[in-house]
Amino acid sequence: MMVAPGISPRSTSMQQIYDAFATALRLIVTLDPGLVEIVRLSLEVSLSAVGLAAIIGLPLGGAVVLFAFPGRRALVVLLNSLMGLPPVIVGLVVYLLLSRAGPFGVLGLLFSPAAMILAQTILVTPIVAALARQFLEDLWSEYADQLHSLGAHRGQALLTLLWEGRFSLTTAVLAGFGRASAEVGAVMIVGGNIEHATRTMTTAIALETSKGDLSLALGLGLLLMLLSLAINGAAYLIRDLAGRRL
Amino acid sequence: MNAVALPLQLSGVVWEAGGQRRLDGIDLSIEAGARTIVLGPNGAGKSLLLRLCHGLLQPSAGKIAWRGSAGAEAAGHQAMVFQRPIMLRRSVAANVGYALNLRGLNGHDRRARTAAALTSTGLSHLAAQPARALSVGEQQRLALARAWAIEPEILWLDEPTASLDPAATFAVEGIIEAMHRAGCKIVMTTHDLVQARRLADEIVFLHHGRLLERQPADRFFANPATAEGAAFVAGTLSW
Repeated sequence: MMVAPGISPRSTSMQQIYDAFATALRLIVTLDPGLVEIVRLSLEVSLSAVGLAAIIGLPLGGAVVLFAFPGRRALVVLLNSLMGLPPVIVGLVVYLLLSRAGPFGVLGLLFSPAAMILAQTILVTPIVAALARQFLEDLWSEYADQLHSLGAHRGQALLTLLWEGRFSLTTAVLAGFGRASAEVGAVMIVGGNIEHATRTMTTAIALETSKGDLSLALGLGLLLMLLSLAINGAAYLIRDLAGRRL
Repeated sequence: MNAVALPLQLSGVVWEAGGQRRLDGIDLSIEAGARTIVLGPNGAGKSLLLRLCHGLLQPSAGKIAWRGSAGAEAAGHQAMVFQRPIMLRRSVAANVGYALNLRGLNGHDRRARTAAALTSTGLSHLAAQPARALSVGEQQRLALARAWAIEPEILWLDEPTASLDPAATFAVEGIIEAMHRAGCKIVMTTHDLVQARRLADEIVFLHHGRLLERQPADRFFANPATAEGAAFVAGTLSW
């Protein structure tokens, strides 16, 4: 690498990073249309996936606690194991399912945000369900006698537990959001990282970094962290305020 | 209140856990009317007996039978108040309303019954407060309001005043008395002899998981039929 006399390669590299930061901040402050588009799609995909995962995972976690059925213990082990499901494997499976030759190819969902939502939902649901199960199991040991005494059947008890534990269960949902928002492997495979169509913050960061355009990558990275911080902060505040009221 | 589910008949009821027989051969008939106090030292099996009767536990052996029907149907005729009741994370009124909702009451009836139960227990002014913000004594009154609202034929009370101060104990005992006057059968556990003398019409005395005596209260306290009963009344019974 050629450098001017008296300037070390290290200081040149630092200058590049400073410049990249400055450009990144400018992109954020000026609400660069390309950046906004990517952020909007990323939030749509991740929040939709987390919403679906919560709808499936929270009752599933509760049902594992409250209902006795054959294979219950195996399901608990499976859910815990699936928390560490490799995203590229999920991406590959969803790709095969949605590809033209696959069983759901006729739906034409491959390389669309819907495919990305599906992949992320598969990744996030076990996290939400497993964490919900752990929390609801403790809650159930506290509530079981009282709810039985009041005459609640299992379904009513499940709804009651989910409502009673709603503030703590946000932690499970937030953990799911963390996974979804940071995920790159699955959405890259099933979304294709197509500009103006399926490019999310994480796939764009991977692409721009590989191209050497650190400004956009850094800007997106900063935004990703800020968004995660904002969502977690808001959830914490809501939980704290509501928890104090009740 | 007309008895629908009572009497409750226990025949040879046994309950075991971890290889230990915690209740052994309990034969007991619980009829409507008199206030029954289940007395005995710690570990005698008082709470277990109530939980079995209420249906929270199933006997290891023996039979528990409600009048002419299965336990599931009788469940609608009974309520239980625990030493440490669980308050749901909602308002005082909503806690009572929850119990009524489970019984299938519609909005108007539910609100009317809730208001009446809170009035009867002196909690009307706290109706909108979060239940978990109440004092321990108020929470126990709310647990009684929740039980009262469903108009049970029988109320099981598992040491409901064990963690209360004298004023709160007095208030809770007043509510129990009022429920009894309204026709509700009271079955309560305690190891407090003074309280038992105040509240009991009859005594069921347990020791080491066995039912040793069932007597009218005045007779039990004046002349216990067993050596263990006499020692318990005298305050000299060892565990």
